[in-house]
Order: sequence, then C-alpha cells, then structure tokens
Amino acid sequence: MMGEPLTFADRRPVLAGWAAVLRVVEGLWTWYRRNWRAAVVSSVLQPLLMLMAFGIGFGSLIDTSARAAQATGGVRYLVYLAPALLAVSAVQTAAFESSYPILSSFKWRRTYEAVTATPITPGQLAVGQLTWIALRLIMSGGAYLLVIMLFGAVRGPGVLAAWVFAVLCGMAFSALLVAFSAAQEQEGGAFTAIFRFVVLPMTLFSGTFFPISQLPRVVQPLAWVSPLWHGTELARGAALGTLQLSAAAGHLGYLVALLVVGVQLTRWQFRVRLTR
Amino acid sequence: MPGSVGIVSDSLVQARGLRKRFGRFEAVRGIDIDVWAGEVFGFLGPNGAGKSSTMRMIACVSPRSDGELQVLGMDPDVDGPQIRGRLGVVPQQDNLDTELSVRDNLHVYGRYFGMSRAAVRARAAELLDFVQLTDRADDPLEQLSGGMKRRLTIARSLINDPELMLLDEPTTGLDPQARHLLWDRLFRLKQQGVTLIISTHYMDEAEQLCDRLVVMDGGLIVAEGSPRELIARYSTREVLELRFPPGDEHGWPETLSDLADRVEQLPDRLLLYAADGEATLAAAHRRGVQPTSTLVRRSSLEDVFLRLTGRSLVH
Repeated sequence: MMGEPLTFADRRPVLAGWAAVLRVVEGLWTWYRRNWRAAVVSSVLQPLLMLMAFGIGFGSLIDTSARAAQATGGVRYLVYLAPALLAVSAVQTAAFESSYPILSSFKWRRTYEAVTATPITPGQLAVGQLTWIALRLIMSGGAYLLVIMLFGAVRGPGVLAAWVFAVLCGMAFSALLVAFSAAQEQEGGAFTAIFRFVVLPMTLFSGTFFPISQLPRVVQPLAWVSPLWHGTELARGAALGTLQLSAAAGHLGYLVALLVVGVQLTRWQFRVRLTR
Repeated sequence: MPGSVGIVSDSLVQARGLRKRFGRFEAVRGIDIDVWAGEVFGFLGPNGAGKSSTMRMIACVSPRSDGELQVLGMDPDVDGPQIRGRLGVVPQQDNLDTELSVRDNLHVYGRYFGMSRAAVRARAAELLDFVQLTDRADDPLEQLSGGMKRRLTIARSLINDPELMLLDEPTTGLDPQARHLLWDRLFRLKQQGVTLIISTHYMDEAEQLCDRLVVMDGGLIVAEGSPRELIARYSTREVLELRFPPGDEHGWPETLSDLADRVEQLPDRLLLYAADGEATLAAAHRRGVQPTSTLVRRSSLEDVFLRLTGRSLVH
C-alpha cells in the first residue's frame, strides 16, 4: 500500500491579482456546478410565477383602466412589469447569495480560512466572491430573459441593457450585504431581519409594481435610497425605450457609488476577519 | 549548527521577541525561535499556551503585533503571498470543503497556488496514493472517517510541494490507529527533506516526532531542546507512581520526600522522581506505604512540563 516517494519541485511565482481572483471564481464554480440544476430551476421558476400572478393575472384586471395606462405609459402591464421584475430577481438572488453562504464560508464550512492559507489574499478572495455573485446574477438574469421572451413581454434589444442594469443593481446591493454578512459572528436572526425589513419592503415599494409617485409624499425619499428603485428605473427605461440621459446618469451614478463603497467595505471586512 | 545571528540561509523560521496581542490579551509574549532546514520542530504546551497564535503568525495569516519574524528568509508583512506559496498548512480544525469530492478538494486547492490543471491532476493522484485514499477519490467528503479527513488535509497541504509544513495539533481527536498512520506519513515526509513544525499538547506525539521542541506556557517559551535533553535536564531517569484510595494520600509526601529527588502530588497519585524506581518502591514499602497500585516508568515530557509549570499537560 506504500505510495511512491514524493517529488519536490521548484517554487512557482505568485499569481497576479486578477489571475488570483479568477482562481477564486473557479473554485466557487467547482462547488456550484454540483447543484446547478436546482439553481437554474429556481431562477426560472420564480420569475415565471411572478409574471403569471402579477403580469397576467393582475395585469388583465387593470389593462382596461385608463389610469393604469397613464402610469404604464400606455403599454400592457406585463410589458411594463417584466423589466422591473428582472431587477427584483437580481436583488433577490443577490440577497440569498450574499447572506448565509458568506457567513457559512467563514464560520461553518471555513473554506475562506483554507483559501487564505494559500497565496490568495483576503482582498482577492473578497473580489473573487463578489465576481462570482455577479456571474450568478448574469446567469439567472439570462434565464429570466428567456422566460419573458416566451411570454411576449420583450419589445426590442433594449432589454439587453436592462439585463446589464439589473445585474449592476443586484451587485450594488450584494456588495453591501456581503460586507454586512462578513461582520456577523452568529447567525442570530440578522439575515431574517434583512429579508423581512429590507428586501421585502424594497421589492414592494421601489416602483416595481407601480410608480413611486403613487406613494405618499413623505415615504418617497425611502424609495430614492433603495438601489432597487434606481435599478428599476434604468431597466424599465432601457427596455421600453423611455430612458432620459440625465436621469440615467443619476441612477447609474448612485448604483456605481454604492457598488464602490460595498466592494471596499467587503475587502476591508474580509481582511479584518481573516487575519486576526 | 549554523546558529550565528544574521545567517538565515539554513534557518527557515527565525523569530526574535515575537508577540501577538488580541486587544488587551497578549497570547504570545515575546519568544525567540529558530527552525532549521530538515528538522521536525515542535511547540508543546497546554491549550491557551500561545501555540496556535504562533503557528498562525508563521503561516503568514495573522500579522505579528511586535518583534521580528522571518519565514523562508522573507518578512510575512511584506511577502506573505510568496511565503504562503511555499508552505503547507494543516489547521487545527479541518477546513476541507465538505460539499466537494475527495479529489475535487485537492484540485480546487492546487489551483490557488497557480498550478496548471495538468500539474494539479498529476500531483493529486500522487498524493492520494501517499495518504492511501486513492480508492476513495470520488467519494463525497461526508463518507470519510475523521482519520481519513485528516490524511486528506495533509495531502492537500502538500499539493504545492511545500518546503515547510505547519501542522497545528495534527492528531487531536483521532483514535490511536489513525494517529500512528498519520505519524508514519509525517515521518516519511521528514525523510524526504521536508521541514515540519508541529504544535501539540500530546507529549507522546512530541517525543515520537520532534527533533527539537520548545515548551510553551502562558505565551512564553519555558524550555527548549530535544526531547531527550529536556528529560535529562528537568527530570530523573525514572518515575515511581503510587496510587492511593481517595483521601488516603495526605501525609505521605512528607514521609517519602527524602527517598526521591522530587515528589509531585497529583489529585489521584504521587509521583516520585528517582534514578532507580524499583529501589525507591522497595524503600517506600519499608516505610509502611500501602498504595492501591504502583508503576515504575521512564520519565517523559509530561514530567518535564509538570516540573516547569507545576501543572500537568493534559487533563
């Protein structure tokens, strides 16, 4: 049973920063591909249910209403809703990927500890993890896109820009949540609170189902803070061809700013936690 | 030994006045270490002695709070990734990916060192053979026993052909058979020229594996040498152990103190340190001592630790 003697090769140079990040992504992909079927099913099934319930069921109720037509700019409710749900779906997928799996990788699976014993630095690990979540959002967004095309809710190639905006919106939220998750020592209900008091209200009141101008004036500023409102405006505007340049620049600027802050916080938090 | 200060070529790890603080608590309180190429170097001490903190600083994971540290001739604060690329680390708690197969654990890990897929595949096959897990290569990790997981962790730490291996309590929680299998693998690595640093609170592990060790207690090094040197310096050749029924041992230490170099009273027994244990036992019998059982044995590192700290190592 005795194996051959081991050979000891020459040392290798350390990977450049971007190459190290790609290796982290590759490691996460190896883990993910074991369960990809379940993930694909859920990322198609969820939008399917939402579109059927709201786009078709609820939409058929209001499509005859003149007031609704005024709010949707005259398009069918399904067409109005579909690009916004693309952004909602990105934020929801981001919320799942950025909460429990992150804490688990620190605390229970301890896989981050294993990775940072190699030449990979905590900062590279953080960026690799976020890059992986972005890829997940691109993948699930693509599945979503196919579904809404089958529903006939796509009006033109603008929806491809909506896809990009939805991913950006999801990542602006994800980076902040990953930084938060990396700071958690115990599960302790923090994530339940995030889902209940942040993700759910954000989904309901960010202009997805109705314009935020319908909200009471005092709560409208809450929608302005929400990355999902900015993502929804961008995605819907791009898909319906109604996007104004100045408004787009403002929404984009806000999401990019959130993303930059989130990435920096995540890198910092990973470094603090993995080097103590 | 090329021990003059300033020569680092043979010294894989050199620490001077090394300290680690966590807030107000100082886990490592100024230690000096030299680890030479090709040796098995041990940190022996109870839980909380500062062994793991020291290991994590050498592994270039946890930055030092104060003092000097060089690993493979480089400063961990400056060249951490370069150093880590040449280390093999076996952490105290297994951190294998429980959701991957045995083989994928090695493949994924090797890629973090910048190795090509082909190199990782070849090396993984070689290592699975080395730790005798080839027939389990495609099994999910949950199906492995504790000893097998530990062996896989060792295989994983070898994926990058490390020059220096750091093993933090490698056999804690394993059954005796699994421990011996693991020791055998580590011994073979040493024969192949790998330098090993092992932390342990098992004296038998330290005696079996280490060429040289430091005894740590309360964040400080309290003794340094080979196991044999330490025993010769701090203990007698033999030890007589006398067990008494609970409550009956009081008074005996005074009666017997002149029969031995030293007498230690533990909760359940008396230890008499003497060159000749049998002769001491005979003398004790002549003084009317009637223990429930007696044992004459050779001194071990446990006795060294007891002598140095006044406490036993494992309880």
